[in-house]
Amino acid sequence: MTSRGRTWTHALADGAVGDAVPSVITADGTVGHDVARLIAVVPDPGSPYPRARNGEVGLREGLALAEAVTEVVAGDAHLPDDRRRPIVAVVDLPSQAYGRVEEMVGIHQALAAAVDAYVSARTAGHPVIALIVGQALSGGLLAHGGQANQILALDDPGVVVHAMHKRAAAKVTLRTVEELDELARRIPPLSYDVADWARLGLCDRLLDVDDADDPTERDVTTVKEALTAAVERARRGPRDLSNRLDSPGARETRVASRRVHEALAAQWRRVRDDDGTAPQ
Amino acid sequence: MTAPDWEALLGRTSFIELDARARAGALLDDGTARELCGPFDHLDSPWLEPQGVVPQSDDGVVVVRGRLDGRPAVAIAIEQAFQGGGIGEVSGVKIASALSLATRDNRDGIPTSAVLLLESGGVRLQEANLGLATVAEVCSAVLELRAHQPVIGVIAGALGCFGGMSIAAGLCTRLIMTAEGRLGLNGPEVIESEAGLAEFDASDRTLIWSIDGGAQRVRTALADALVLDDVGALRSAVIEAVRQGVPGEHRSQRIGELRARVEAVDPAHPPEPSGLAAPAKGAPPEGDG
Repeated sequence: MTSRGRTWTHALADGAVGDAVPSVITADGTVGHDVARLIAVVPDPGSPYPRARNGEVGLREGLALAEAVTEVVAGDAHLPDDRRRPIVAVVDLPSQAYGRVEEMVGIHQALAAAVDAYVSARTAGHPVIALIVGQALSGGLLAHGGQANQILALDDPGVVVHAMHKRAAAKVTLRTVEELDELARRIPPLSYDVADWARLGLCDRLLDVDDADDPTERDVTTVKEALTAAVERARRGPRDLSNRLDSPGARETRVASRRVHEALAAQWRRVRDDDGTAPQ
Repeated sequence: MTAPDWEALLGRTSFIELDARARAGALLDDGTARELCGPFDHLDSPWLEPQGVVPQSDDGVVVVRGRLDGRPAVAIAIEQAFQGGGIGEVSGVKIASALSLATRDNRDGIPTSAVLLLESGGVRLQEANLGLATVAEVCSAVLELRAHQPVIGVIAGALGCFGGMSIAAGLCTRLIMTAEGRLGLNGPEVIESEAGLAEFDASDRTLIWSIDGGAQRVRTALADALVLDDVGALRSAVIEAVRQGVPGEHRSQRIGELRARVEAVDPAHPPEPSGLAAPAKGAPPEGDG
């Protein structure tokens, strides 16, 4: 079954694309002077989990992501941290899996394991790059791509980053889809348009490609160059997510975030000085 | 819990009935609580009013620095009565920043721990992408602090902890629940809406609590302690959880245990929730300091 996640992983891979489970594929791909580990969640129509057959992140996928990332971290543990391999999360997923078995077994814990693995990789010095080539929705994005040092996205109408798909978001917020569309024109975080999302300060580069479904040679070169630059920025930048509040987009759109962060830090210092816990 | 302890039940002071501010204050040592970025700082969401939603001047998150058992701590409580505990730009950054400041304390030699009071439906959909972004930032901040000092999650109820914040719960050093508390990635209504009534009947309270409820989550080791809805009992449980220190391996790092959980259930023939086995007990999450 084709998917953008699978297509782009193959396009960027140097050789064979492997899988531990059919829905999580991995490959090595040269990015500048590095050989990056590519990881993607892809549809598996034969999955024994009916609610996770379209590329959703379910129990199996959360576990496989955690294992795939942890394997890279363990494999490079002996290297100086500036030589550890980049990890590229190729993101094209409709959501997390919505199912009863998933909840019973503890899908939140499977996603937590994936998040933990990605954060561990980032803090260990692995440049973690999210490359959004299709949908990037909700808990799926939190588990796969959301913890990246750098987030790249294709500038294409098929690329959608959001907390919930439109119909459900309209329902939960007691609106019609038309009302939601109207609001999204005025309120950037509500928008389903990738260009609006890119202005929130979360996107490090928006990439122009000719064909997001079937990338041309030039498209692959464009993306590889962008990945190479992102790896360099990640290695130079912080290993936490503080860059997301300092980006040019964030300075414009996340004014409230920055104000809260500064106010809290100032008050925290004052209380710490007052209550005698300040360092001597 | 087995047979109810009637004296404890009758003599208790309900924690669930407290709002977020009172909950955070009740857990910390008497007279030590200092709220940061409180309502009078007017740090409300810039995105709600243009949508016709009345904002709240603390954006539904209360950050209180103080002492717990004599040691520096920060209690961070989500107010379930405001926007279903949904995490927006401001409330999310309050949580993430408070955790990061506690991490900075630790780097400066002040062993500050954290208590997260998690009553949340997840991302606040009125702030959609910024809510999603801040939840990722919260998760990262939990992991950074957790390496230094315990981050204790408390899900007392009545709302429960769902959506992205359930992932944050899964990252906590230890998790304390009451029988009224619930924990799950997707709330029952969301599953019913996405997958249909046959998949999950959101009106079936017995079903909901048999899967998401505190007793089940503790029994299957997805949470660590089941505590009575009582202020004193919860405070004691939190103190005990902090005292146990930082474990060698956290729940979200125990990938082998997760694999065993997943492999134990055949999705074509799942057991009843009551028949779900708890994973084999490895070393209990004891701390080394």
